[in-house]
Amino acid sequence: MPGQRQSQPLLALRGVSKRFSAVQALVDIELEIRAGEVVALVGDNAAGKSTLVKVISGVGPPDKGVIEWQGAPVQIRRPQDARLLGIATVYQDLAMCENLDVVANLFLGREIHRFGVLDEVEMERRTRELLHTLSIRIPDVRMPLAGLSGGQRQVVAIIRSFLGSPRLLLLDEPTASLGIQQTNQLLDLIEELRDQGLGVLLISHNMSDIKAVADRVAVLRLGRNNGLFDVNTTSQEQIISSITGAADHAVAHRPHPEEVWP
Amino acid sequence: MTNPLPTKARVAEYAGGVRRRVREGGLGPAPVLLALAVTWVVFQSLNDKFLSPRNLSVLSVDIVGTGMVAVGIVFVLLIGEIDLSVGSLAGLAGAVFAALHVNVGMTEWLAVVVAVVCGTAIGALHGFLFAKFGVPAFVVTLAGLLTWSGLMIYLLGPDSSISFSEDGLVASLTSRYYSAPGFTYGLAALCTAAYLLVSLRDRARRAGAGMPCRARSGIWVRTGLLAAVAFTTVAVLGHFEGLPLALLIFLGFIVASDLLLRRTPYGRQVLALGGGVEAARRAGVDVTRVRVSVFMIAGTLAAVGGLFVASRFTSASQVSGSGMLLINAVAAAVIGGTSLFGGRGSTWSALLGVLIIQSIASGMALLGVETAVQFMITGGVLITAVIFDSLARRTAASRVRT
Ligand SMILES: Nc1ncnc2c1ncn2[C@@H]1O[C@H](COP(=O)(O)OP(=O)(O)OP(=O)(O)O)[C@@H](O)[C@H]1O
Ligand SMILES: [Mg+2]
Repeated sequence: MPGQRQSQPLLALRGVSKRFSAVQALVDIELEIRAGEVVALVGDNAAGKSTLVKVISGVGPPDKGVIEWQGAPVQIRRPQDARLLGIATVYQDLAMCENLDVVANLFLGREIHRFGVLDEVEMERRTRELLHTLSIRIPDVRMPLAGLSGGQRQVVAIIRSFLGSPRLLLLDEPTASLGIQQTNQLLDLIEELRDQGLGVLLISHNMSDIKAVADRVAVLRLGRNNGLFDVNTTSQEQIISSITGAADHAVAHRPHPEEVWP
Repeated sequence: MTNPLPTKARVAEYAGGVRRRVREGGLGPAPVLLALAVTWVVFQSLNDKFLSPRNLSVLSVDIVGTGMVAVGIVFVLLIGEIDLSVGSLAGLAGAVFAALHVNVGMTEWLAVVVAVVCGTAIGALHGFLFAKFGVPAFVVTLAGLLTWSGLMIYLLGPDSSISFSEDGLVASLTSRYYSAPGFTYGLAALCTAAYLLVSLRDRARRAGAGMPCRARSGIWVRTGLLAAVAFTTVAVLGHFEGLPLALLIFLGFIVASDLLLRRTPYGRQVLALGGGVEAARRAGVDVTRVRVSVFMIAGTLAAVGGLFVASRFTSASQVSGSGMLLINAVAAAVIGGTSLFGGRGSTWSALLGVLIIQSIASGMALLGVETAVQFMITGGVLITAVIFDSLARRTAASRVRT
């Protein structure tokens, strides 16, 4: 397996472009993610990171370009297509139903049912089990999402992506509203999943998080590829100047975005 | 018992749940039941014929036409949309039935089927125009309101009314009563027992999986309440003519649609759409399909309701398709506790809401008050319900923002 893993990426984007009426959001993007690898995707605001995630997850298909899954070109036109391939996503805006409870949100679109009747007991049992193994505390899994804090909601979005044992995880700023402890927990978890052979695409503005878990860093700038770096051999300054497009003193003007507290 | 949660944590979880519900206005049907009780007490104190078996029996049949239409409206409100065409669809269904059966001479049951299918097809058309082309549902169904009213008037012909026989199938919908005590009390007992068994089985499954579950005493209390309501209804209506067939059909539709919404993947998708269309789409819900199907359900139930209204008059006329039916159906759903903002509600609210509206109408009629006053009072009740709804939504929204 490892040999094959090296030769063939799990997911590859070839010349992907996407345009919104006024904005050319992505231009000829190339990106490869291998199984057992964490790729960080970085770039300034409006660089096109979320747009790229939506291209891969089937929410906003590309105008041009090819998506390859394990070497073979695939069509991802709808979120269902991505899910069938084994792609799970945590969106930046979370995209969950405020009126449904935690269990219903976790299983939305893949409800467990017996003879067409929802099996609430089984869904709740699996939810509790999952929360337990990840040692996450949610006071009441039957509470509508509207009653949870921003960070708790992000946790729900993250564990939803773990359900259904995906092979590729797309995480769009998953730590944006997490506390320190929860962030560290998530980073540990990402490493664990990587070791199990999952591919992970992690979007973050936090350089230390990226240093901690990523193997490679892909930089987007104004919708274009702007460098691909190995985390272990590249300095933070190099990456940051690639993000901002300036070679020098860019760091001084732009403090790292701190954690957003809910 | 292999319950991993200590009792204390379970109690805390339960108490937290109750407090949350009080805060977010999610008290369930309690406020509506209170409103209904107040309505009944007030009218009974003003006129002691109000709670007589005769009046209640008439009431229980009068609610069915509007109530059926309101059940369909609940579905549409749940996905956060509105259907303004249901009143004229109801009228059209009555007219189609009468025209086919009386004027063309079609077999009665076939005419019924055609009328209902008309409702389904027109609902599908509205849903399609809304879901595929993105025309706001408000506009599509407003155009529908006009179009189908026009078609109804055309079908009714120069007399603007077609009468049909008083002992046919449709007429019997609202004129048949069951009075054999063995049947009526047996039915009440059967429903109570079924509720009890399902609750106990659900509880056993949850307990078996080691999850927090409802206290057994709670189940018995609920079953007791249900039994009290069921047997009182049977006893009171038994004093007049018995259990109306119309009421039984209506309750059947409510129970079935409630199960559909709460217990099936389809119902979950309907609620998800009301909670966020984009979220539902990203979770893999086929938004177009669900939207079209919801308008189909609304159209079908509007047609069924229209047949009940026509049955009450044993004729199809413009009365049944009037704007009042639409207004009352939407008001019933909202007064009963279904949110105008989507995602929150149940088909039982159609029953409770239409009971309140019809009780006010019936009480006012007994007191000899003009319809003008009746309109104003119903309007007041409606605006109160909408204010409650908006407050509940604001509480939820303000929590989202933090
Ligand atoms: N649905 C849309 N319609 C029109 N333009 C859009 C849409 N979504 C994104 N864009 C545009 O595409 C560009 C890239 O946006 P995107 O959300 O991908 O940025 P991002 O890299 O995720 O930024 P951030 O770090 O702020 O999340 C922006 O200029 C944005 O205005
Ligand atoms: Mg983004």
